[in-house]
Amino acid sequence: MLSMKADVVVIGGGPAGLAAALSCHRYGIRDIIILERDSHLGGILQQCIHNGFGLHWFGEELTGPEYAQRFIDQVEKAQIPYLLDTMVVDIDEDKRVYAVNPKHGPIEIQARAVILAMGCRERTRGALMIPGGRPAGVYTAGMAQRLINIEGYMPGREVVILGSGDIGLIMARRLTWEGANVKMVCEIMPYSTGLIRNIRQCLEDYGIPIRFKHTVIKIHGRERLEGVTVAQVDDARRPIPGTEEYVPCDTLLLSVGLIPENELSQKANVQLDPVTGGPVVDEYRQTSVPGIFACGNVLHVHDLVDYVSEEAEIAGYGVWRYLNGLASQYGQHVDRRVKIETGYGVRYVVPQRILGEEDVELFFRSDNIYDDGVVELTDGQRLLASKKFLRIVPGQMERFKIKKQALSGIKPGGRLLIRWRNLA
Amino acid sequence: MFDIAIIGAGVVGCSIARELARYKLDVCVLEAKADVAMGSSGANSGIVHAGYDCKPGTLMARLNVAGNSLYEDIARELDVPFKRNGSLVLAFTDDDMSTLKRLMEQGIKNGVNGLKILPAEEVLKMEPNLNPSIKAALWAPTGGITSPFEVTIAMAENAADNGVQFYLNHAVLSIQRHSDGKFHIETSGGTFIARYVINAAGINSDLISQMVGDDSFRIHPRKGEYCLYDKKWGSLVTSTIFQPPSGLGKGVLVTPTVDGNLLIGPNAVDIDQRNDVDTTYDGLSFVYEKALESVPLLPKNDVITEFAGLRAIADGEDFIIRPSRRAEEFIQVAGICSPGLSAAPAIGRYVASILNGVMQRNGHRLEPKRDFNPYRKGISRFSDADWHTREELIKKDQRFGRIICRCEMVTEGEIVQALHRNPPALTLDAVKRRTRAGMGRCQGGFCTPRIMEIMERELGIPMEQITKKGDGSRIVLGKIKDFLGEDAGC
Repeated sequence: MLSMKADVVVIGGGPAGLAAALSCHRYGIRDIIILERDSHLGGILQQCIHNGFGLHWFGEELTGPEYAQRFIDQVEKAQIPYLLDTMVVDIDEDKRVYAVNPKHGPIEIQARAVILAMGCRERTRGALMIPGGRPAGVYTAGMAQRLINIEGYMPGREVVILGSGDIGLIMARRLTWEGANVKMVCEIMPYSTGLIRNIRQCLEDYGIPIRFKHTVIKIHGRERLEGVTVAQVDDARRPIPGTEEYVPCDTLLLSVGLIPENELSQKANVQLDPVTGGPVVDEYRQTSVPGIFACGNVLHVHDLVDYVSEEAEIAGYGVWRYLNGLASQYGQHVDRRVKIETGYGVRYVVPQRILGEEDVELFFRSDNIYDDGVVELTDGQRLLASKKFLRIVPGQMERFKIKKQALSGIKPGGRLLIRWRNLA
Repeated sequence: MFDIAIIGAGVVGCSIARELARYKLDVCVLEAKADVAMGSSGANSGIVHAGYDCKPGTLMARLNVAGNSLYEDIARELDVPFKRNGSLVLAFTDDDMSTLKRLMEQGIKNGVNGLKILPAEEVLKMEPNLNPSIKAALWAPTGGITSPFEVTIAMAENAADNGVQFYLNHAVLSIQRHSDGKFHIETSGGTFIARYVINAAGINSDLISQMVGDDSFRIHPRKGEYCLYDKKWGSLVTSTIFQPPSGLGKGVLVTPTVDGNLLIGPNAVDIDQRNDVDTTYDGLSFVYEKALESVPLLPKNDVITEFAGLRAIADGEDFIIRPSRRAEEFIQVAGICSPGLSAAPAIGRYVASILNGVMQRNGHRLEPKRDFNPYRKGISRFSDADWHTREELIKKDQRFGRIICRCEMVTEGEIVQALHRNPPALTLDAVKRRTRAGMGRCQGGFCTPRIMEIMERELGIPMEQITKKGDGSRIVLGKIKDFLGEDAGC
């Protein structure tokens, strides 16, 4: 087995991994290696050939491959080493990373710090337990995207899309452009989980109907999909009898949520947040295991890759602090970090722990649509910070900056609460 | 021209094929679908039953117990996973207690070893996640688990290695018996001539039987639905947990699978259509609610897939294994419902002995082949191997270092091997069942296009012709731009 050592092992060469490696490099760390399971860097961006990437980060509109290429070019320029076709199979708490590739065979790398940047996967039909037959023609939106944009093949002609996640919306437009007939998008919630701009640009502009509070309750067909039964649901998301409608189609795409891929993280005993599905981290994106960091969709699912890049920057900074002995949260073997809990209206917050030695930005998602109110951070008695919003929606991640001064009085190991308050 | 034509490549047909491969015979297997194990053999509980629940004196009871005892040999010779994890039948009420006693007496009559009724404390010590309100359980240490399609595939491959010819995608359309006594079997892929026919057509065995004018039995399909959990729940129980049997079957079980998942099911619903393997909302809910009675910790989430299979139940509910009354040279092997998988190795032997009897009456006999090789080596599994073995595999073939299915850690090397075995894997599902690629938590979301690329390269099947499970199940329907211009205005 090939044995190596590295200051930083970055697992995943997608947008998060690339930006995290570059961030480490900018802080002067040189002994970095990126491990990428695919045969190219860039991750899922390489199949996202639509535009809309980079508005925040680069101030211009790029396609996915263009956005990725900017980071790849920088990685090449900085001469950060990477291994392609390299799958990480195991990792332990001592930060030993075990990987494999065709060229080197098994590889063992002893890292001083590890950055988890494995991304996420799509929820499947099986996870939703949609009854019916098991024909060909039922695909996740991301797989259909790969078939069209990378392989050059059409998954089908007559399409129903379940779920209004961004990939599903993007695929509705893509399929339409390629001559398929997208009959409808069904969304079980009363609102879309995708970006508003995607509803406009991908559905409305092409006259594709979106049916809120609707879902697919049966899949018809033995060999290839023949149709689906859709039905309206009540407030408890149960199908309403009498509203069933048979929709003939040969393809059903699922865009029903993304799940951070943390099977590897669990092997290293990294603590996970049951709501985000990703690790519990502090403001430096350090997980519960000292020296193991996480960023990007493995941590929580982002709507914009720009925010992934930003988060990866933070992780790189965190790694630099850690390697230089500045990560003092474990001084005297006591976790000095403060826990942030979610209250009314807030589904999750990242980071879930803070040290509060510097300004901190919280990323959060609401659990419903709320208009005209404030999000507040309190320590139970005192209001530490607040920010006004005209509207928050679950499909859009929001940001909330907290000044260091506001956190000056917090008790090490204590608890803070983030919550929504209506003003109207 | 063949000595023997076996109709149906399920676990029964393949077990018979492997058994007959021991003799100097030209044997073919005719299978309607694109792979072996496409019917009941591919969708069941994967349990090697101990044999206490069959009625004493039935063929089912005899072949179940005999088949069960052959599984160590099957696993060793054919390199398939098998684990004698034992099974427990739980008792919740006083009525259940008398059921346990009846099952135990029945088991003893059937020759099942090691049966014991254990008090609740002892059961809960063995299986701490069971419902604490149980009264007792029947412990059957000879119960086991295996992979039903792997067993079938392995039997088929070993039979093929020993000269049996498999014809996939050959649906039998009609059978004529000519004056010379030979059967002319017309299939979707041409006509086959054989001296003897073995009807192992599972759910369709009555239809095949009718082709030779034998209307002596009917098959009644009984559907069972299942939910398969993520591997993180694979050790919620270690033995197979049954509830007291209902009128329609052995009840809903909770079991680890031999691959490390957790499986719950089946329900039992009599249906009319022989191809109805739809899962239903009611069926899956019933399975979950029932399984919850055994294992209250069972999560609602983390199910990775659901499926349904059909039990081929014959009138009288026993196995029908005998020469047809219409033609002795046509041997019925029908009504092989549960415990068919458990009995399959014994069914192979039993059919060989029946065949030998018929042949002797015709002045022939089964002559053993000297060079029969009972061993079959499975595909080398990267995920199961230690690092040293992995290194050796990659040294020999770099493709064992490229992981294609990340959930189940399946390499390109394994997929390539699956494509070139005999019988070959011709569909995505066939690759999946041989390698587990696409069987994990993402259900092929990442690896499907990659596997298709490998299939195109290795088998020369264009992407557009690659199917999920055979005719009519293409994955992609055209190239991009193909559909443009079909509608005016585009």
